[in-house]
Amino acid sequence: MTKTLIATTALVGALIGPMSGMALAETIGVSIPAATHGWAGALNFHAERTIERLKEVYPEHEFVLATTPDSATQVSDLEDMVATRGIDALVVLPFESEPLTGPIQRIADSGTWVTVVDRGLAVEGIETLYVAGDNDSFGRTAGQYFADTLDEGAKVVAMRGIPSTVDNERVEGFEAALDGSGIEVLAMDHGNWNRDTAFTLMQDWLSRFPEIDAVWAADDDMAVGALAAIEQAGRTGEMIVVGGAGMKEMVDRIRSGDSTVPVDVTYPPSMISTAIEMTVVGVTGAAPMSGEFIIASELITPENADDFYFEDSPY
Amino acid sequence: MTMATTQKSTGRPGRRIDLQVIGPILALIALLLIGMALNSNFLSYANITNVLARSAFIGIIAVGMTFVITAGGLDLSVGSMAAFVAGLMILVMNLLTESMGVTLPVILIGIALALLAGLVAGFINGILITRVGIEAFIVTLGTMGIYRSLITWLADGGTLSLGFEMRELYRPVYYGGIAGISWPIIAFVVVAVLGEIVMRHTAFGRHCAAIGSNEKVARYSSISVLKVRLATYVLLGLLVGFAVVMYVPRLGSASASTGLLWELEAIAAVIIGGTLLKGGFGRVWGTVVGVLILSLIGNILNLTDFVSPYLNGAIQGAVIILAVVLQRKGSTER
Repeated sequence: MTKTLIATTALVGALIGPMSGMALAETIGVSIPAATHGWAGALNFHAERTIERLKEVYPEHEFVLATTPDSATQVSDLEDMVATRGIDALVVLPFESEPLTGPIQRIADSGTWVTVVDRGLAVEGIETLYVAGDNDSFGRTAGQYFADTLDEGAKVVAMRGIPSTVDNERVEGFEAALDGSGIEVLAMDHGNWNRDTAFTLMQDWLSRFPEIDAVWAADDDMAVGALAAIEQAGRTGEMIVVGGAGMKEMVDRIRSGDSTVPVDVTYPPSMISTAIEMTVVGVTGAAPMSGEFIIASELITPENADDFYFEDSPY
Repeated sequence: MTMATTQKSTGRPGRRIDLQVIGPILALIALLLIGMALNSNFLSYANITNVLARSAFIGIIAVGMTFVITAGGLDLSVGSMAAFVAGLMILVMNLLTESMGVTLPVILIGIALALLAGLVAGFINGILITRVGIEAFIVTLGTMGIYRSLITWLADGGTLSLGFEMRELYRPVYYGGIAGISWPIIAFVVVAVLGEIVMRHTAFGRHCAAIGSNEKVARYSSISVLKVRLATYVLLGLLVGFAVVMYVPRLGSASASTGLLWELEAIAAVIIGGTLLKGGFGRVWGTVVGVLILSLIGNILNLTDFVSPYLNGAIQGAVIILAVVLQRKGSTER
């Protein structure tokens, strides 16, 4: 299950490194969840793409990429990276916060640069650099769009993800933005970030509510399922669907001016690129890079959709 | 495993007491009444069609699972297998569209491929279990992981989607139908009726029950145990392929999360329907009732705010256990 990409072989590194006499060669380990769903797939795509690019820019550095199916494997991956590859910096998207906090803390204590991506650790102050999306802003942006564009008394349904902290933060942001707007949330349930579940849920909501003005699907996969159910019920045109994350099919619909999908909210998987790039700059001492870097969610509109469309990305 | 006391009745289904037979039906009727009381749209044409059509995938698979379980086997790989076959079908159809255009033959080749892939996958499971002699649980646990990884790999971690125009052409297979009855419902009914006939009125069906009841006795009765066992897995694989043929036109996509936990839903439906988990007795129409019960619970929970969505799983679990308790109580041996 664990795939390891060795950017440059140890042999080549050993021969060329000292002879070229360039800046100190650093080994940067990247540990991210395996591509088990669309967003994680794009995460892998962007991680590999960035490492390819950096290998050309910094041939003296080595990159180790490991993808992991669960927390336990990730802990072993990290141990392997430290023991056999002697990493100088670690970029990690923890599979789960709690189980990974201890192992990552030990790596940080040994003087290794640690960049934590997206999922924060249970203890503060371990990481050198924290790069994350803004879940509150993710929900708030969608809620704000509804508050701005829908009439008072409009009826919306909200599709949540898998019950988790991420999901709770998004929903809190969404509800906070709707507060006082006079928009009524008819129902809110978990679509589990899954197309099939979302399709079923939307079918049942369409049976239950004669009037729905807007659907918030907290992920584009769910939005796809919801759209299929709306089309089946012949109620296209009655409501708008706002998803999230920036899947390329959805961005394409926005780009082509689809009236059912007017906008989308980003939660960029390319944040892994931000994290790796910043780590390389930081670890080589080129510029100070410690602290927190929070990437706000943006609203994708027909005007700016081109900037968010990645032809080769699987997501 | 704790049902040893019911063993005596196996092979003599005619003597089963009524309550045991009608237990699942009672549960189904109770759910229908609850649904009617909670929401006036429950019995609407659209809702009934939705529920029946979405039951079709698990239902078609569960009919095959009934034979596997009756013959004393188990298959945990069906959900992953469905995802893998769906991914394969979409990939090949997209490839063929480039050379053959958006035409009917592409769909027919896709359907044939899905059925063949399911058949082969079932055959691999069956061969490993019968010829190599590995426990069904282990073999199918292994293939479950393999197919799940393969679909993730095929989709590059994302989602495989059928080309837009091809999807429009193929779409009626899920959304269309005859006389207001959609194709997946018709397919489900046909598979269920054929399954019931095969289980009740053919040598194959009786051999399944005989093997599940007592393998040694079955062998001494000159039943080809290995061949019948193998056939149950091949049949299940073929039905998984058939379910995929109905599934792909729905959303036109497959991803690593396609068919997640379908195997457990199918097994639960089979057991709710009155088939014994340790084999020896199977009831196809009971499986159909089991599938409907599972679908209805989800449907009713979505139609109301009765319980917190966090508790959906708990309600489903409770109803599954209740439905089984209801039929076990009727058992004469207790």
